[in-house]
Amino acid sequence: MKRRDFIKGTAPAALLPFLINGYAVSAYRPSPLLQALEQSACDDHILVLIQLNGGNDGLNTVIPLDNYALYNAARTNIAIAENTVLKLTNEVGLHPQMTQMQQMFANGQLRVINGVGYPTPNYSHFRSTDIWLTASDYDQVIETGWMGRFLDYQYPGFPENYPNPAMPDPLAIQIGSVISGGLEGPKANMGMAFTDPTTYFNIVNGRTPVPIGQRAGEELDFVRKIGVQIEQFATPVKAAAAKAKNKSTLYPTAKTNPLADQLKIVAQLIAGGLKTRIYVVNLSGFDTHSYQTTGGAGSPTPHGTLLSQLSVAVNAFQDDLKLLGIQDRVLGMTFSEFGRRIKSNSSGGTDHGAAAPLFVFGTNVVSGVLGSTPDIPTSVSPEDNVPMQFDFRSVYASLLKDWFCVPQQAISDLLYRDFPLLSIVKGGSPTSIFDEVVDRHAGLTVSPHPVEHSCTISMNAPQGAYRMSMFDGTGREIAVISEGTTSGGAMQLPYTMSAFSSGTYYIRLQHSKGVAMLPVIKQ
Amino acid sequence: MAALDTYTGPWTRREAAHLVRRTMFGLRPEDVTTALAGTVSEAVDKLLASSPPPTDPIAYTNSGAVTAGNEWMKASYDSGTDAQRVTFAQSWWIDIMLQQGFTLREKMTLFWANHLATGSNTVKDARYIAQQNIYLRANAFGNIKTIVRDITFDPAMLRYLSGNTNTKKQPNENYARELQELFTIGKGPEIQPGNYTNYTEADVKAAARVLTGWTDDATTRTAKFNAGNHDTSDKTFSAAYGNTVIKGGKDEAGARREIDDLLAMIFAQPATALFLVRKLYRFFVDYKISETTEATVIVPLADLLRSNNYDVKPVLRALFTSTHFYDTERIGCMIKPPIDLVLGVVRTFQPPDLFPAEKNKMHWAYRTLRKTMATAQQDLFNPPNVAGWPAYYQEPFFHEIWINADTLQKRVKYTNDLSSDGYLLDEAYEKSYIDEIYAASLVSEPGVITTLITEWAFLLFPVPLNDSQIEACKNVVLSGLPDYEWSVEWGDYVNDPTNDAKLQPVRTKLRALLRFMMGMAEHQIC
Repeated sequence: MKRRDFIKGTAPAALLPFLINGYAVSAYRPSPLLQALEQSACDDHILVLIQLNGGNDGLNTVIPLDNYALYNAARTNIAIAENTVLKLTNEVGLHPQMTQMQQMFANGQLRVINGVGYPTPNYSHFRSTDIWLTASDYDQVIETGWMGRFLDYQYPGFPENYPNPAMPDPLAIQIGSVISGGLEGPKANMGMAFTDPTTYFNIVNGRTPVPIGQRAGEELDFVRKIGVQIEQFATPVKAAAAKAKNKSTLYPTAKTNPLADQLKIVAQLIAGGLKTRIYVVNLSGFDTHSYQTTGGAGSPTPHGTLLSQLSVAVNAFQDDLKLLGIQDRVLGMTFSEFGRRIKSNSSGGTDHGAAAPLFVFGTNVVSGVLGSTPDIPTSVSPEDNVPMQFDFRSVYASLLKDWFCVPQQAISDLLYRDFPLLSIVKGGSPTSIFDEVVDRHAGLTVSPHPVEHSCTISMNAPQGAYRMSMFDGTGREIAVISEGTTSGGAMQLPYTMSAFSSGTYYIRLQHSKGVAMLPVIKQ
Repeated sequence: MAALDTYTGPWTRREAAHLVRRTMFGLRPEDVTTALAGTVSEAVDKLLASSPPPTDPIAYTNSGAVTAGNEWMKASYDSGTDAQRVTFAQSWWIDIMLQQGFTLREKMTLFWANHLATGSNTVKDARYIAQQNIYLRANAFGNIKTIVRDITFDPAMLRYLSGNTNTKKQPNENYARELQELFTIGKGPEIQPGNYTNYTEADVKAAARVLTGWTDDATTRTAKFNAGNHDTSDKTFSAAYGNTVIKGGKDEAGARREIDDLLAMIFAQPATALFLVRKLYRFFVDYKISETTEATVIVPLADLLRSNNYDVKPVLRALFTSTHFYDTERIGCMIKPPIDLVLGVVRTFQPPDLFPAEKNKMHWAYRTLRKTMATAQQDLFNPPNVAGWPAYYQEPFFHEIWINADTLQKRVKYTNDLSSDGYLLDEAYEKSYIDEIYAASLVSEPGVITTLITEWAFLLFPVPLNDSQIEACKNVVLSGLPDYEWSVEWGDYVNDPTNDAKLQPVRTKLRALLRFMMGMAEHQIC
C-alpha cells in the first residue's frame, strides 16, 4: 500500500464526525498533526490546467439532449445533429468529435460540470481571463493569480531561498513562452515558462530573415547561450525530461495537435520526478465568431477540430499517465474565459457569452455530470446567455480543499471568501444533490407564471445557509431576493417584478447542498 | 567609399537611433527626433556642443556638519560621513546622466572615468572623486594630452596610484607604469623580458623618477610639491622612446616641466594615438577590430588625433559621422553595459517612482539604481581596478564579460522587476513600476498590436524583430486571439479610461509584453 493511500484511508475517519455539519469552516480546520499528515498526503498531487483560449462554445461541447429541440431552434445553423451526439447520460452528450472523452466518461475518469461562470459576465477576453485567473468578482481587480496565491501559501517566502532541498523544482510550469497571470503570486510570479525542455527559448530564437549584422547575430547567440545556461531551474527540469520517456502510443504525430504536444511534455516531466505542483497548458482558437462548424475567416480551425484535439490530447495524456504509473497523482481541468451566446449568429458562429461546462479528469475524479443542462428560452434573443449554475471559484475551492488539502480557513483567505464546495475529487467533499436530482428546478416554483406584476416564489431548501437571487437573460445578477439561514422545508416569498422589462429571467437558489435554477418569464 | 567618409546613406530612425544608443544611455524617443531634425553632421555637432556644467553635488540628507540640500565639496573631510557622501556623489552622477539632454558629454565622461580609472574605496575622500568627475566632465571633449597631464596632478589619482608616496628615496612605480600601460601608449608585444615594444621596465623606472615629489593636499585638494622628495637627476629612456633624456628639474617649475617633457615624449609616439583610438572604438563601436577596421578606421583616426595635437573632438566627430559607423555590421554588435541597461530603461519609460520630487527620496531611488548597476558589475566610482572595467580591455572576451550566468539573471530580474514584479527602492516599501500606459503612449498607434510591438522593439532593441518573434510577442498579449481583439480592448480603455475594469486588463497585457520583450536577448545588446 502506498503511503498516500494509507493516509487517505485513515485521515477521513478522523475528519468524518466533523463533516456532518456541512461546510462549517471550523470543521475542516485540522490539528497541526492532522494538517501535517494531510499535507504529506497531498504533497505529490499535481494539477494540470488546460486553458481553452478564446471562449469555448459550451453548448456545442456538451449538448443538452434533454432540451434538444430548443437547443436546435436557437442555433439551427450550427446545431449538432441529435443522432451524432455522443451520449453521456440521458440529459447530455458530447460533440461527435470527442469520442475519446466519451470513453473516459464511461471509464469513470471524467467529471462534467455544467454552467460554470460568475455573476455578471464580462465579454472582454482579457478582462474575463483575468477574472478567471485571479478569481476575482466581476467588479473587483486583483493583481495576483489564484494559483500564485495557493503556491505562496504552500511555499511561503518564494522566491527567497528557492530552489531548496525540499522543493528543488519550479513550483509551477507553463508550457509555452509566457507565464500565466494565474501564477502571479504576492511576491513574485511562481511559474516558469517552457516552450520545450530540450529547446528552451526556441520561439525567440528564430534565426532572422531581417537584416541584422553578423556581429549583432554573434552577440545575440552569446546572450542566448548564457540564457539557456542560467535558468536556475533548467537543470532539474531538463534532467526530468531526460529521465522519462512517454509511453502512450495514442499521442498524435508531433505538431498536429498543439495541446497533445504540450501534455506530452507535462507527462514526461511528472514521470521524470519533478515536484512541480501545477502545470498550465493552452489550446487557442475558440473565438468562433463565424464559420464555427466549417472553419473559415474568424474561425480558422473548426470548433469540432479543436474539440477533437482536446479529446485526443486528454485521452492520450491520461493513457500515458497510467502507463507511467503516475495516474493517481494527477488531476486535469479545462477552463475558458467564457462560453458563448445561446443563439448563433448569422455568420455561422457564436459571440462572447457567459457560463459554460468545464471538464475535470483523472482517476481521482467523481465521475458523472454535475449540474443540469441550461434552460434555453423558447424565443431566444441574441443577448441571451447560459446562466451560471456554479461559480468557478467553487471549482477552485473544491480542488484546493480536496486535491491540495488546503484547510478551509486558508481557502477563504486565498479566494477572499467562502464558496460552496462541489463534489469533484473522490473521497472529497460531500456529494451534492445534483448527482441524483434530475429535475434542474428542484425546490423552486413560481406562480402565477408567466409573471405580470408580482408573484410568489416557493422554495424548498435543506437546512443551512441559502441565497436566492435574480439573473437576467445575459447572466447579470440583478437582485438578491432573499438570503439567510433556513431550518429546512418549504418557504413562500412574495416578489414584485413590475419594474422589470419583459423577457426571460432566472431565479438562482444556492443552498447548503447545491444550486437550483428556474427560468421565469416576465410579460 | 572610404570608411571614414561622411555617411551619406539613408538618415532614418534606424540610423539616428543607433547614434543615440551609442552616445547616450538607452533611447529617449525625443533624442531620435532631435537627431533627425538635421543632417547626420548636424546631429553629431549638436552632440559635441558644450553645455553648462551641472551644479556641485549636495547632501540629500543631513551629513555631519552639512545639512540636507547643501553642497559638501567645500566642507572639511569627515571620516564618519564620507562613505555616505560617496553615495551622494553616485546619486548626483546618476541624476546628471538621467536628466541629460542631447549630448555626448555624459558618455564621454564615463569613458574617461573608465579610461583614467580611480576608485573611491582607495581614494577615501568623496570630495576627491567628485572633483575628478567634475573635471572629466568639463574636459570631456578636450585635449587628451591636457587631460592626462591634469590627471597626473589630480589628488584622487595621486592617492589611487600611490603618486603621493613616490619619492626620490623610495620611488613608487605604480603611476608611471599605468600611465604608459593603460592611459597612453599601451603595451606592445613583449619582445624581450621587460621590453613591451612601446616601452620597457627601465622606462617605467625612469618615468617614476620624473614623477617623484608630489603629494595631495587635503585642504586645497590640489597637488603639492615637496622639493626634497623630487629626484633632480636626469632621466634616460630606452630606445623605444629614441633614448630620450629628460633633464632633471630643481624646483616645482622644473618638476612640472619634467612631466610635460615626459608626456610630450609619450604622445609623440604613433603607438599612443593608436592605443587611444582603439580604446575609444571599443567603448563606442565594437570590441572586435578586424584588419580592415584597423587599416581603414583606427589608423586614419589616429593620424587625425595626432594632426589635431590630441584634441579628441575631431576624432569623435569623424567617427560618429562615418560611413563605417552606420554600416549594418556596427548596429547591435555591443553588449549593453550595465549603466546603459539600467539607465536606458528609466530614460526610455520614465517610471514615475524613480523621479520623486523630494531630494531624499530621489536619493533612495538612485541609490537603488546604483546598486543594480553594481550587482551587474559596473559600479560608479568603483571600477574593479585601475584598468577600468574589463569589458573594455580583457581580450578576447571584451563586452561579453558583462554577461554571465549570474549577471544575466540580475539584468533580467531588473527588467522583470520594473515591468511586472515590482522594483523595491531603498528605504521605500512600495514597489515601483514602469507606467505601462505611459510606455504605450510612446507608440504612434498603441491600439494596433503590431505597431505596439514593433515600436517598443524600436525603443528597446537595436535590431528589428523577425516575424516569428513578433508572433511570439503578439501571443503574450493575445494568446492566439485575432489581432483586432487587442484593438477592441485598447479602444474600450481609451473610451473609458477611468474605468478600472477596462484599464486593468490592458495594463496586465502591456506589463506582460514589456516583461517579455525586455527579457529577450535583443534587449541585452545595443
